[in-house]
Amino acid sequence: MPNDDLPASERFDVAIIGAGVVGCALARRFALAGAKVAVIEKAVDILDGASKGNSAILHTGFDAPVGSLEQACVAAGYQEYLEIHGRLGLPLIKSGALVIAWSEEEEALLPSLMEQAHQNGVTDVEPLGERAMRQLEPGLGKGARAAFRVPREYLIDPWSAPFAYLLQAVENGAKIIRGAEVTGGERDSDGWTLQTTRGKVAARLVVNAAGLWGDLLDEKLIGGRDFHMKPRKGQFVVYDKPASKLASHILLPVPNKITKGVVVCRTAFGNLLVGPTAEDQDDREHAVLVPETLEALKKRGEEILPALKDHQVTAIYAGLRPATEFKDYCIKAHDRSYITVGGIRSTGLSAALGIAQHVLKLAELQFNPRVDPVWPTVSNISEYFPRDWQSEGHGGIVCHCEMATKREILAALDGPLPARSLAGLKRRTRVTMGRCQGFFCSAELARLTDGHFDRPMAEKAQ
Amino acid sequence: MTLPQESDILVIGAGPAGLAAATILAKTARVLVIDREATAGGIPRHCGHYPFGMREFHRLMKGPDYARALVERAKQAGVTIATRVNVVRLEPGPRVTVTSDAGLSEIRAKIVLIATGVRESSRAQRLIGGEKPGGIIPTGALQGLVYLEGRRPFRRPVILGTELVSFSAIMTCLHAGIRPVAMIEPNAEATARWPGALYPRLKGIPLHLSTSIRAIEGRERVERVIVDGPTGMQAIETDGVIVTGKFRPEATLFDGGHLEKDPKTGGPVVDNFGRCSDPAYFAAGNLLRPVETAGWSWSEGVAVAQSIKAALTGKLPAPTSQSVTLKGDALSWVVPQRISAPSDGAHERFQLRVNRKVKGRLSARVGGVEYASLSIDTRPERRITLPLPPTAQPVEIVLEAK
Repeated sequence: MPNDDLPASERFDVAIIGAGVVGCALARRFALAGAKVAVIEKAVDILDGASKGNSAILHTGFDAPVGSLEQACVAAGYQEYLEIHGRLGLPLIKSGALVIAWSEEEEALLPSLMEQAHQNGVTDVEPLGERAMRQLEPGLGKGARAAFRVPREYLIDPWSAPFAYLLQAVENGAKIIRGAEVTGGERDSDGWTLQTTRGKVAARLVVNAAGLWGDLLDEKLIGGRDFHMKPRKGQFVVYDKPASKLASHILLPVPNKITKGVVVCRTAFGNLLVGPTAEDQDDREHAVLVPETLEALKKRGEEILPALKDHQVTAIYAGLRPATEFKDYCIKAHDRSYITVGGIRSTGLSAALGIAQHVLKLAELQFNPRVDPVWPTVSNISEYFPRDWQSEGHGGIVCHCEMATKREILAALDGPLPARSLAGLKRRTRVTMGRCQGFFCSAELARLTDGHFDRPMAEKAQ
Repeated sequence: MTLPQESDILVIGAGPAGLAAATILAKTARVLVIDREATAGGIPRHCGHYPFGMREFHRLMKGPDYARALVERAKQAGVTIATRVNVVRLEPGPRVTVTSDAGLSEIRAKIVLIATGVRESSRAQRLIGGEKPGGIIPTGALQGLVYLEGRRPFRRPVILGTELVSFSAIMTCLHAGIRPVAMIEPNAEATARWPGALYPRLKGIPLHLSTSIRAIEGRERVERVIVDGPTGMQAIETDGVIVTGKFRPEATLFDGGHLEKDPKTGGPVVDNFGRCSDPAYFAAGNLLRPVETAGWSWSEGVAVAQSIKAALTGKLPAPTSQSVTLKGDALSWVVPQRISAPSDGAHERFQLRVNRKVKGRLSARVGGVEYASLSIDTRPERRITLPLPPTAQPVEIVLEAK
């Protein structure tokens, strides 16, 4: 069993609580800055909370509130992703997006949205009349009236990206401690001693990146909170790969005050996604799929792309966005030894690298930056770039729907950041994420993963 | 083994249909069978129960023995079998691109037979609500875990569905010491004819008819399901969900390729010789439609082998491809979808299914004139057949529901 052991009596420069996309990006930024970093995650594997279900889009921030911290972080995060993705082996699918008006009222809003994009520094948006719009996306339903194009909205791999951030952190000295929930902490003259379910972790600076649990963690550690979590559920329907031919751009609706609305777009894995919904709830843990809502999403998808009605659903999922009562992010250095990074809503994937830059500046700690940092590369699992199955020595394909090879699976179970649950292995390799949902590969997977997971896929019968 | 780059016949899929055809064709041609699994034999490999083999070996066998016997017979006939080979593309020629441990390569053949079988519909495809914990699996996965790996993915699951395969799920559970706590069927009656509603009762498993799964609960593992039935909502404590049946042809290879697919069956369009829209490609077995028994698929393999033999010697009638249309919204699909010449084909009769419980009269017509009819009182998943037309003309099959 892989064991993220607690180091004995080591004091870290920074302890990051939460290994979601934000925690992973923070770990990377601090590790590259030369800090001794510990990442503490309560789940058995990383990306287990809000980060496990999102739309997998790299946003420019064209529609973010002007002058907001969110806009600044999205823009900076976007830029850094473009700079580093190649070195880390991360995919970038240059799809572009169309913001489409489906009513007269929405059409009237397009100019102000384009103006907002300009103010946010996204100056290459271009208005499209109905004809030009349909030339770009011939599959659109008949209700589409007009649009504008945002050429630099892109698709990325939502799990390989944060995985690569944390992997780079770990390869540059960061320590990941999974399966450890922070239960309390004490300040001392030199920072903090955190109590976790797996032992104590001492650090000069604590960064709360606990996502959906951020406000409760603040209460536990610093005895108060500046925001209240109001989890916002998003349900998604994912169509099988042939549907990805139906749209090339990310098809965005005109946003309203609550949500960006239902998006239709390809995924990096070659599927087509419809979602999310935006449903406020109190529950931080359970993202429940509702059949009627999924039917409604399918119906909306078919209005946007009528040909979808002849396509098969591959997957359904629901995620929780860590929204708060505030529209903007809630990032605050309470003092020299405690920073809260909260309320990172639906833009977290795009903004994570930018948030990390911002938080590093907030931290008033001096480190000696790594002069020659390690740049690990991750195995590409995006449909749009060469995959392992195309090269020799892959050991055979285990997951036939997603073409995940034995070599990829064994690699994901090994190394400095091994998968410790089936969910973690899915996010690293795509196994069982395809149309058969495990019909063909479950038996072999159970054998290959023996001894690697905290809870085995299936116990051995006597 | 080095993967051959060329063969007279290439068969994709080493299940009952593919192996049956390969065994016969090996007498007159070089035959290469490829399969993506590590072991040849197809789905029966992990159906560790009866009844298999009556048609093929004239004795009652369990699935794994039957699969091994089919493989052995094919090898003895001179068939070359290569496993762990995945097809990635089918092109005119015929040219088939595959990947194996050796990487990408291409196989050329005079004729390609596709026999890639079926899989069950998943929880996602049925839009079942709730959470996504571990322990929600199709019967195929359960069988693989139990019979191939000697494992037990849960102890007291619920079974969704009452098709034949759902009863296989019960047998598989009992074999592994797993006690299903409920069998759940959205319709008012069980789908399978035998053992129907009786078998689960015999085994002490409550059968909930007219009941659907509203939600699956549990974060890491399944903890309970919320069902909605005649007595209202009810929670059933359980640690797994076996999502059975609602088969779909495993026809992914046809997506984005040059071969025509039938949205009704989910499989390829074939004529009565088993030919696809590109006559160098044939198809047989459960790839054609959901879903038939192993024995039926095997028979289709035997029959399509005769068509392929004729094609190799240029004796097969040209594909004129008169189409078959269905009228009546209770009819879900028909195979074959095209008629090239009326006699001596791989398919001697039409196969049909209905999508709901229905009574009525089926009428098969050419040029508006009925040439065959059948009174039916049937349900989904039950076999219906009708004769082919006397001449190669467009056929209309009409269901007059009562």
